[in-house]
Amino acid sequence: MNARPLLDVADLHVRFATPDGHVNAVRGLDFELAAGESLGIVGESGSGKSQSVLALIGLLADNGQARGTAHFADRDLLGLTQHELTALRGAEIAMVFQDPMTALNPYLSIGAQMGLVLGRHEGLGAAAARMRCIEMLEAVKLSDAERRLGMYPHELSGGQRQRVMIAAALLCRPRLLIADEPTTALDVTVQAQILALISELRAELDTAILLITHDLGVVAGHCDRVLVMEQGRRRDYGTVDQIFHAPAHDYTRKLLAAVPRIDAPGRPGKLPAGDTLLRVEDLSVQFRLPPDKWPGRARQLTAVDHVSFDLAPGESLGVVGESGCGKSTLARAVLRLVPATLGTVSLLGRELLPLRGAALRAARRDLQVVFQDPLASLDPRMTVRDIVAEPLESFRPELGRDEITQRVARLLERVGLEPAHLNRYPHEFSGGQSQRIGIARALVCQPQLVICDEAVSALDVSVQSQIIDLLLDLQKELGLALVFIAHDLAVVRQISHRVLVMYLGRAVELATADSLYERPRHPYTRALLQAVPVPEPDVERTRQRQLLGGDVPSPLAPPTGCAFRTRCELAQSRCAAERPALREQHGSLVACHFAEEI
Amino acid sequence: MNAGTGSVAPPGRSLWSDAWVVLRRNRAAMTALCLLGGMTVLVLVGPLLSPFTYDGTDWDQISSPPSLANGHWFGTDGLGRDLFVRTLYGGRISLLVGAVATAVSLLIGISYGAVAGYVGGRTDQVMMRIVDILYALPFMFLVILLMVLFGRHIVLIFFAIGAINWLDMARIVRGQALSLRGKEYVDAARAAGVRGGRIIRRHIVPNLLGVVIVYATLTVPQVILVESFLSFLGLGVQEPMTSWGALVNEGAQELENAPWMLLFPAVSLALTLFCFNFVGDGLRDALDPRDRSA
Repeated sequence: MNARPLLDVADLHVRFATPDGHVNAVRGLDFELAAGESLGIVGESGSGKSQSVLALIGLLADNGQARGTAHFADRDLLGLTQHELTALRGAEIAMVFQDPMTALNPYLSIGAQMGLVLGRHEGLGAAAARMRCIEMLEAVKLSDAERRLGMYPHELSGGQRQRVMIAAALLCRPRLLIADEPTTALDVTVQAQILALISELRAELDTAILLITHDLGVVAGHCDRVLVMEQGRRRDYGTVDQIFHAPAHDYTRKLLAAVPRIDAPGRPGKLPAGDTLLRVEDLSVQFRLPPDKWPGRARQLTAVDHVSFDLAPGESLGVVGESGCGKSTLARAVLRLVPATLGTVSLLGRELLPLRGAALRAARRDLQVVFQDPLASLDPRMTVRDIVAEPLESFRPELGRDEITQRVARLLERVGLEPAHLNRYPHEFSGGQSQRIGIARALVCQPQLVICDEAVSALDVSVQSQIIDLLLDLQKELGLALVFIAHDLAVVRQISHRVLVMYLGRAVELATADSLYERPRHPYTRALLQAVPVPEPDVERTRQRQLLGGDVPSPLAPPTGCAFRTRCELAQSRCAAERPALREQHGSLVACHFAEEI
Repeated sequence: MNAGTGSVAPPGRSLWSDAWVVLRRNRAAMTALCLLGGMTVLVLVGPLLSPFTYDGTDWDQISSPPSLANGHWFGTDGLGRDLFVRTLYGGRISLLVGAVATAVSLLIGISYGAVAGYVGGRTDQVMMRIVDILYALPFMFLVILLMVLFGRHIVLIFFAIGAINWLDMARIVRGQALSLRGKEYVDAARAAGVRGGRIIRRHIVPNLLGVVIVYATLTVPQVILVESFLSFLGLGVQEPMTSWGALVNEGAQELENAPWMLLFPAVSLALTLFCFNFVGDGLRDALDPRDRSA
């Protein structure tokens, strides 16, 4: 690079003093960033990617210590006093965090929070600050900017909040914007909107961007150069094309290979012939919410709205949709963890919903579940042996303690853990290992059907692919049927025979995985697929995408007729009047009046 | 070790052993714990060290100040009874009332609160409204009523105090149980066909013990104070048996002639309360993972 870089970091070390000794989070990191450039820092959890950036702007935790040099426009960031750093942060270096809900103060209106930044750094008066805030909110394409200033964070959706965060960060026209996993907490369609916005603003304002993410797909489309980190060290550093086409380091290759790709065909086993294992018909789940004003009527939230599907033994069904679409509630209703309002669920021809007491407990044996958060789903006060043995102890108490322990030990080995782990507690395991324990618990009674509710979403990509391999192996070996719920469409493709797409509690498309991914027949499915980033710079650059605008409507007041019509480009008056039924279209089931035209 | 999720598991530790390590490092809490242990041993074996009994009168030494020469180390009261032995006997009652009443309130409070919180819905509403109604009954009225019905007996005091204190415990436990029942491991247990009662015993109660233990150590001094208050009003233990509260009461009346009668029981009582508060604070810090640095 000929010009002097805006940010030049050399030999950065970060370490934390803990009761167990020093932890070296970052060990010797070098990188530079030119004005207006965007650099992606990629790594799995614990790689030190966030800590290295927090160190730069002096936001390390109290027990953290940074060493090295970091020149930002001729100043050494690490040598600045807290006072000087405070003047710098927000004015010249701005930051956008992962979770827009916790990063915004719930007690301050949007306008007040944004005004704070301006008052601190530019000494603007109230009226001038207000004008600038409105300008900025318009720049991040938040509709109705003036009214938004008076709103509080909880009145905005996740995507809108992240827009506010970005607007607040850009208020003083900083030269560097640090975005730490800015879209991880958002749905794919909103992620695509936000990433497009960041790229656009970069071109407009000539702000350099440091994008921290675990998602190689995000990096491929939105960064000039990439830095790959592992265990606090730089593993790879170069332009996007270098990283993706000629990675210098093994770790990068491993990472690239592990990323689930939405454009790669799935690999579930051959579908065994058989009768229906699970049949769900017209299942609806409604929750009663207290009235929003008093006096008033109780409100009804329809989380699952007349969903039907069936499942053959050994088949895997993927369920996808954005957050709040009811996919988890569907799973919980099938598992009888939340009461269904309407419909039937039958397992092997036996109706589950009317069952009570002992009969219900007995029926649960064939129906097990693996949850999203591997740590939250394991009781922290129980040993691994007790956790995995719990279903056996309730379904097969006649086996006796020793036999149960032996079975648990054998199963632990099967899922890739050691029998020596029997007496440990959950917090001693990594996320991937904990999820293996959860899988062992689900399998210990040899169920026919396992529902995986976002079972790999909380895991790093490399661990994710191991868990998926394990699930596929187990499915082949035991003939398990799987219902695989996830918001990540690429992961679902890998594992599913068929895929069910949900929107606002309704099934909008149900098709075999290949036909759904190759030829989506519902406009929502199509938009979802287009929003997923592909870890391939060439594809990302040339990709024609139609970004889905807006947000998911509130399930308390769903649109009349077709739920998707408010965001659909094909919508016509018929869509508002008439609710489309699922009907067959070239072997797929699609709920759209205009399915033929897609 | 890596800062995040390393693949190598650290050596076997549990929440409790971690908490113990943290507690061990807390000097105030450990000192308090040792003092409490010492005090318990002393009130149990201490009276054997003295030739006097708690109700025997030493006619030669009425209202004697503390003295090593005549063997009345803490002095005697107006009836010539040895204050050292009486303070220790009073300690037995006070510590016992602390332990028994706290145990009663733990037992009722945890089972009641855990059931209300776990079952939730209408059951929870009804159970908690009952608690609210009991809250509204004046405590003194209840104690006097019990005295009238069953006569004065120290065991009655234990249960009366415990029966009042469980209300707070039930509220705390119920709140915890309410949040625990939404946890995924509870759902997993339900999916595994575990019965409600067993879920409460195996999953809910162990996971709220951290909060409960802390609250219990704060309850013990409170209970001792309530007993002192009852004894002060003459509703507590019966003469010649005594408690710290009763001794302080007597001592307060003789403050001008025999200040030692107030001094020794009051110091013992204050010391015990300090100790319990320090242990409680220490346990709260030790059991809260957020207070533990990474």
